[in-house]
Parts: sequence; C-alpha cells; structure tokens
Amino acid sequence: MNSVLVFVEQRQGRIKQSSLEALSEGRRLAKKIGSTVSALVIGNQIDSLVNEISKFGPDFVILVQHNALANYSPDGYRDAFLEVVKQEQPKVILVAGTAMGKDIAPRIAAKIDAGLATDCLAIEITDDAIIATRPVFAGKVLQKLKITSSTKIATLKPNTFRTEEVSTKAPSIKKITPQIDPSKWRAVLRGIQEPEAKKQDVSEASVIVSGGRGMKGPEGYKILEDLATALGGTVGASRAAVDAGWRPHAEQVGQTGKIVSPNLYVACGISGAVQHQVGMANSKVIVAINKDPEAPIFKFADYGIVGDLFEVIPALTREVKKLYGKE
Amino acid sequence: MKIAVCIKQVPDTSVRVKIAPDGKSIDAAGVEHVINPYDEYALEEAVRLKEQVAGSEITLVSLVPDKAQQIVLKALAIGADKAVHIKADNVPNDSLAVAKVLAEELKLGSYDMIFFGKKAVDYDNHQVGAIVAEILNLPCITGCTHYEYSGGKITAYREIEGGVEVYEVVPPVVFTQEKGPHEVRYPQLRELMAARKKPIATKQPNFSAPIMQTVELSYPPPRPAGKIVGKGVEAVPELVRLLREEAKVI
Repeated sequence: MNSVLVFVEQRQGRIKQSSLEALSEGRRLAKKIGSTVSALVIGNQIDSLVNEISKFGPDFVILVQHNALANYSPDGYRDAFLEVVKQEQPKVILVAGTAMGKDIAPRIAAKIDAGLATDCLAIEITDDAIIATRPVFAGKVLQKLKITSSTKIATLKPNTFRTEEVSTKAPSIKKITPQIDPSKWRAVLRGIQEPEAKKQDVSEASVIVSGGRGMKGPEGYKILEDLATALGGTVGASRAAVDAGWRPHAEQVGQTGKIVSPNLYVACGISGAVQHQVGMANSKVIVAINKDPEAPIFKFADYGIVGDLFEVIPALTREVKKLYGKE
Repeated sequence: MKIAVCIKQVPDTSVRVKIAPDGKSIDAAGVEHVINPYDEYALEEAVRLKEQVAGSEITLVSLVPDKAQQIVLKALAIGADKAVHIKADNVPNDSLAVAKVLAEELKLGSYDMIFFGKKAVDYDNHQVGAIVAEILNLPCITGCTHYEYSGGKITAYREIEGGVEVYEVVPPVVFTQEKGPHEVRYPQLRELMAARKKPIATKQPNFSAPIMQTVELSYPPPRPAGKIVGKGVEAVPELVRLLREEAKVI
C-alpha cells in the first residue's frame, strides 16, 4: 500500500538503461520512507530479464505477459499497467522519460486521478507528498512541483539519475496474465520502421557530435559521423540544419527538438541561439568548434576551438582514434 | 469531418524568461507571446486533412487569458473556421485540472479528430492531450509527425528512439503533435482580415481543486566560464588532453 512501483521498459527483450536509472531512484526513495520497491515489466516471453533487473535491488519483480503485448500498444500497456496499479496501490510510480514512458504515464495519471511530474531531475519524498525538481521553459527555469494526490507519478529525465547495483536477497517474482482484450484496442500498431543503419538516439546517447549551419550542406556531416563513431556517440543537428533538410528531425537538439543530457556534447558550426542552448545545457561537458570567435556558443562551452571545422574535426577524429588505439 | 485543435500561448521562445517576485511564477511584464510551436504544427496537419476531406471544419479550443485573443485570431487566419475561447487569466499549473476543463468542452463538439501539441514549451508538461483522451475514452496517439487519410482510416507516424511506430486508427481519435515534415503556412493579410469575421464563442472555465502546485521557481546554476583552448588544428591535442585528464569524459 505504501510501495514504490517502477515501470521497467523493454523493447524486443532489451531493457532501457533509463529504466534502470529509475529503478535505482525508486529503491532510494523506498528506503527513505521505509517501504518496498517493485519493478513492473510488461511484454511477452520476458522471464529472462529478471536477472538483469535483480541487480538493482527491487523487492518484487512483477512480470505481466501476454502474446498481444510483445510490442508496445497504448491501449494494451495501459490496461496491463492499470491492473497492477489497482492491485499494488503504490504511493509513487516512476517511469523513465522515454517515448513510451511519456506516452503511458499521463494515461495512468488520468485513470487514477494522480498528479504527474514530467522529466524530473530530482525527487524529494515526504509522508504525504513528493516534490519534483524539473526543467521548465526548456530548462531556462527549474520548477519545484509538489504533488499531493494519493498516488504520485513521475517520469525521470534519462541520463540524470545514478544507477546503483546492490547485492541484496533475490527479489520475489510475481507473474501476471493480464485481463486484456486486444479486440477492443483502437489504435493498432501496424509496424515499426527502422532506419537501415541503426543509430543511437540523441536523447539516450552519452556522446553527441552536433552540426549546424556551419556544416554548409548535408555532405559536411560525414566528418561528424566519423568523429561520433570514434567517440562511440551519435550525430545531432541544430534547427537550422533540420529546417534546411540536411538532417532528420529525430536528430534535432533544442527547444522544438530534443532536450539532451550526454556526458559530452561537441557543437560544430553552431552559433548557439537560445533555443539550441536550452536543448544541450544539461550536457556534462560542452565543446564548441566554430570559426567565429564571437559566436555565443563560446560563452557556455567548457572548451572551445576557434577555427575551420573542416580542418579541426578530422584532426580531432585522428587524435581520438590514436588515444583509443593505445588502449 | 469535424476537427478540433487545442491551442495555447507561450512566451516567445527566443527570449529569456524572468521569475516574478513571488518566486513561483513568471513575470509577464513585457513578454511577447506566440502560439505554442507544437500546437501550430498540429494546426497545420489539421488544415491539410481539411483540404483533403471535403466538408471538413476546424474548431479551435483555447484556454487562454482574455488578452490572448491575438493568438486565436492568428490560428483562425492559418485555417481554422471558428473558435471557442475559454477565458482564464490564471490557468492552474495542474495538467489534470486543465484537461478536465478541455474535455468538458470537447465532449460537446462530438469531434472526429482532436489535435494537441505534444507539449507546450512553457511548463513542458507533455500530458494534457493524453489525459483528455482518457477522460473522453478516445484512442490517442502521442507525438505524431504526420498522417495519411484513406478509406475512413488514419495512418499516424510516431517517432520513438531510433525508429518510427506506424499506427492505424479509425476516428474519433486524439492526436498529439511532434514537429513533422510540414512547415506551418504563414497567413497573408487577406486571411488575417477574414479571421476577424470568423465566430469566436467565449466561455468561463470551472477548475477542479489542484493536486499539483509550483512551490518554487529558480534559475539553473550558470555553467562555469569555459575556455578557448586555442586556434585551429594546433589546439586539437591539447583539447583531447583536457577532455581526458581534466573533464574525464573520453
């Protein structure tokens, strides 16, 4: 009745890193209020995920399985999730702030009249409330939002909360076959389109090499891809580059794109308009490469190089390869 | 087809926002407002569907202050036919309370399609559209980039990490809009003039007791001043050393 429930997202049997971050935070919150934490996983044939989840110390792992739940379904996952919420009556529900998490959390909130805090950076818990710290106005301001409904829901910003492996006793496993009726589902998933070259999403990447107007055209991004590959990261883009049709919107970082939080963000040929700045300000370290020494990006980058990016970036790629080659 | 598009205003995204002396709200003085960009993308998609399906009509539903009428007029000029302006100078920062007011209004219209922006770029709550759908017991697909309409069915494309989910749905349905491939049309003077003649109904909201409230707003800590490592290719080895030894990120 007093527990913390964490939704652990899996797609194709792979657990989201950000869900493990949520599970670790769930465990910390449960400890503070002397309660238990349960990991909820929805899917089909997912028994094998228990081992990985157990490392993060849940007291219970709740497996909800049905062959119609192999892929995400807004109607199906909501119904399965709700069934568990009604049984467990949790005090707090945590969900990773992914595409799936942001879709399902408000549906649950609506069904149980719960308050929901989106994209949290920190959570304080008391006996009757949670206070979530979250970015608003695309991160220009931080809000402390107090939720006082009997169940409180929060989605957590990926790459923000620390994962913590713990060695405790093995969790108890509950297996549930949900009472769902796929014939009643109205929004039907027809398929998932994946690009030919599988690419890490900017919202989940720990290294992002991002290009703006200074790349001069779509061809310019080849050198960014090389650098991203050398660093084990992914390519991002500014709004200018996306609106020019050089890169897909999925890669856009900024106010009308994605708000990212990598360990390293390399901004190449990006002047640094406010709308871009707010999208990447949560990066741990920012590097700017720009030929204009007056570009605003240098005011908030940790390290800058003034120069021609078509010379500097290939040199940087070579240097990074040299470094990693030694190990 | 009866289409509803919910729009709201947000402070112009290119400006910095200032926290009011109460420490819990934004100082509205001198702030220019614009239509929330995601609501504008939604409106563009709605207008495209209207152009495709003869006899369609778009109604704006807008829960905004009295003085935000300019926002409603601009949206009418982009291509909506009429508007319901629910006037509230103080909209609570509580998505559930807001969604209940909107659902109440939307229920009256028996719409085939209801569009929302996926989020408003002020409080970035990212939840009102889906909550409204659940209250009205309608199917909902969030974060869609674009749609195809054929034979009474809609195919909606939804961006996820590293891919696109393709959904099929039969109206009535709620969509929330991601930035997609279509640029928002720019209303001409003639359309702006015509918008003034389109009907705007006004209403007063009745908010439920809030379960969420802002206890404090603050500015994020400023990033410590960075440094220019150097100029051109010669600076690269030093940059790599700093990233390795000082920042410890590579």
